[in-house]
Amino acid sequence: MLIKTIFSGFGGQGVLSTGQILAQAAMLQGRFVTYLPSYGAEVRGGTANCTVTISDEEIASPIASEPEFVVALNQPSFSRFQNLLHSGGFLLYNSSLVEPAFVRGDIETRGVPITELAQKIGNVKVANMIMLGAFIAVSNLLAFDRMLKHLPDILGAGKAKLLKANQEAFERGYHFIEEHAHGD
Amino acid sequence: MTKKLMYGTHAIGEAAIQAGCTCYFGYPITPQNELPEYMSQRLPEVPGGVFIQAESELAAINMVLGASVAGARAMTSSSSPGISLKQEGISFLAGSELPAVIVNIMRGGPGLGNIAPAQSDYFQATRGGGHGDYRLVVFAPASVQEMADLTFHAFDVADEYRTPVMILGDGMLGQMMEPVVMPKPRKGKKAAEKDYILTGAKGRPARLVKSLILDTKDMEEHNWKLVRKFKRIEERETRWEGYMLDDAEMVVIAYGTAARIARGAINRLRREDSNLRVGMIRPITVSPFPVKAIRDAAQTIKDFFVFEMSTGQMVDDVRLALEGQGTIHFYGRPGGVVPSARELGRSIARRYYQAIRKRKQ
Amino acid sequence: MKKVYQRPRSLRDVPMHYCPGCGHSIIHRLIAELLDEMGLRDSAICVPPAGCAVLAYYYLDIDMVEAPHGRATAVATGIKRVRPDNLVFSYQGDGDLAAIGTAEALHTANRGENITVIFVNNAVYGMTGGQMAPTTLAGMKTTTTPAGRKPKSEGPPIRVCELLSGLANTVYLERTAVNSPANVIKTKKAIRKAFSVQQKKAGFSLVEILSPCPTNWRMDTVASCTWIDEVMAREFPLGVIKEVPC
Ligand SMILES: Cc1ncc(C[n+]2csc(CCOP(=O)(O)OP(=O)(O)O)c2C)c(N)n1
Ligand code: SF4
Ligand SMILES: [Mg+2]
Repeated sequence: MLIKTIFSGFGGQGVLSTGQILAQAAMLQGRFVTYLPSYGAEVRGGTANCTVTISDEEIASPIASEPEFVVALNQPSFSRFQNLLHSGGFLLYNSSLVEPAFVRGDIETRGVPITELAQKIGNVKVANMIMLGAFIAVSNLLAFDRMLKHLPDILGAGKAKLLKANQEAFERGYHFIEEHAHGD
Repeated sequence: MTKKLMYGTHAIGEAAIQAGCTCYFGYPITPQNELPEYMSQRLPEVPGGVFIQAESELAAINMVLGASVAGARAMTSSSSPGISLKQEGISFLAGSELPAVIVNIMRGGPGLGNIAPAQSDYFQATRGGGHGDYRLVVFAPASVQEMADLTFHAFDVADEYRTPVMILGDGMLGQMMEPVVMPKPRKGKKAAEKDYILTGAKGRPARLVKSLILDTKDMEEHNWKLVRKFKRIEERETRWEGYMLDDAEMVVIAYGTAARIARGAINRLRREDSNLRVGMIRPITVSPFPVKAIRDAAQTIKDFFVFEMSTGQMVDDVRLALEGQGTIHFYGRPGGVVPSARELGRSIARRYYQAIRKRKQ
Repeated sequence: MKKVYQRPRSLRDVPMHYCPGCGHSIIHRLIAELLDEMGLRDSAICVPPAGCAVLAYYYLDIDMVEAPHGRATAVATGIKRVRPDNLVFSYQGDGDLAAIGTAEALHTANRGENITVIFVNNAVYGMTGGQMAPTTLAGMKTTTTPAGRKPKSEGPPIRVCELLSGLANTVYLERTAVNSPANVIKTKKAIRKAFSVQQKKAGFSLVEILSPCPTNWRMDTVASCTWIDEVMAREFPLGVIKEVPC
């Protein structure tokens, strides 16, 4: 099994760090993983994206020309990256910012209002962790409990203060998908 | 053995430090800035560690020359345009037989080009690059783990043969993150005494390290000496990896990032079509080039598919290795374009079936 | 018989290739004498240039490494950073230091590397046959300024000491000449001072030495020496240009 995911959004939405957290979690769960950020001129203009590949065997190409999943945190990413998706792929988006106007017929989509959910937790900075929780729920790529357990290691000493908020956000996103099993 | 998720550039830097590199000199250029940045933070933590942001690539490579002749393990890094500027110094290192490690994180060119991953400097790297009759040892890693392993190894090779060694990567390998097990120095392993370094001529005859040899006979002998040295390196240090060669009817030859994409393409093709028997030879040293591996393959395999992120440079080496045997197919994407495994796979499949049809006719 | 004069230990017993009346041979000798007198021979590491003095390593009996044209200060930087307790000096001509190697010289000085530069200003490219150097005087004829150097289009001569004196980390800059016994003695004093600045780890020192090149100036030796006094030293005033107490 080899799954490629593109995380995309505005710079500052934590797109790159979300991808890195997923990559670290995959490594800690004994999977093969690559993380490839967009770079240079591509990141000018305030957009950012990265590709995380998770696999049970050695990964050949780290580039996602046809990802299985796209996580879009803003409108431009929603439009741009849904075109790349593998037929039958999954598009998870931030419904607080994205108006899902045009959607391909051969993919699945799911919106999560991460900004509102984050406000309820009382910290908009952890909105990306809500998305990551939701992503784990829809993708089943990694074991949720183990990932939750590894979060302190992954976030490291630097984020110790925000650890609780991050954990809470991660759980909130995961359960949001479970609670709204048939869409919102 | 703990794994750590690391950027390619950081893996090179940390591996260099683990290998005992104490001196880094460089001048900023994208896409490799994360390496000097890493070194600027790490080297002050190392005993005797020296980090200088030089005023130019010219200055940087010559600081490396100075540190090397003073006995330290020294490195510099840059990307294509900066590597052009270092060539004079690399030639002097080769001529003076001084060890050094030079990292080239290639980008699209010529000229200022762009900052996207490319394999445009193969000729420059493998043909010496600088002036004069010499060869560089060039390692071409294809993963972040290999960036660490080969950098670590490069310092030993540089010291053992007293030669500059290049790590030839590209923007993608530099920017991506993968889990790495960092190579560690073997306990108790002492670096060999260097009997040529400059320490001040206390209690011994003065030493002289130079490349100027005015007497033509002496210069000629020096040239042959460098050739003999490279022969020895060729015999002992050539590295390559074979992939799915056992039943292969066609062999893809690719290095670095291109080899990763090719591997993806081969996996995909084999999964979708069991009749498509494609394997790969991946040069790990592009200089010395794994000539023998390719010649051996040519005993049974007739079709060679060379893929490069350039207009075709390594393909010349494949041609030389094959000496007219077999058929060479080439697919190139220069300019910083990184094709998908799917795109490459289509090209491979097309050539594969064409070749089979031709053989049947 | 009492010996009053002998070959310094740091100078090899081989004939030098320099032209008659060339300043390089005098300067080599001064350096060798000082290395002996100051007890520095055993710790000295020299980086000679590409230029007429490229063969300095056959004359000075100390550790030497050759640098590409203009890069001597960068090479010296690398050595000194690894071996801070050795005496490290570069020996460079005007083309080497002030044309192709300007950036390295300027930035080495600006970083305040604790090295010494022996800068031999003979106003021409000696080795390659007398072409214009960055220090060639206005109106001076060289093989590439057959009508004389035109400051309007070719720039006026560069005064290296004055240029570097504006940099905060330069500690000792002096200009001397080797065209007369008195000036030779002053030059030796200046180099001694520069080496001692380095020994005190005080920072960057440079001695610029006006040096005759009779061959390319197309003058005899005596006329060359007179010319330094009457013409060259007017453009390049002798003396201490900068000294930071240390
Ligand atoms: C890259 C490079 N360009 C040109 C040369 C040729 N070259 C050797 S010495 C020299 C100039 C020497 O002039 P200067 O530095 O003033 O020394 P002098 O011979 O006058 O003492 C030149 C141009 C070279 N060796 N390397
Ligand atoms: S050409 Fe000039 S600098 Fe060179 S050796 Fe002759 S006199 Fe000296
Ligand atoms: Mg000169």
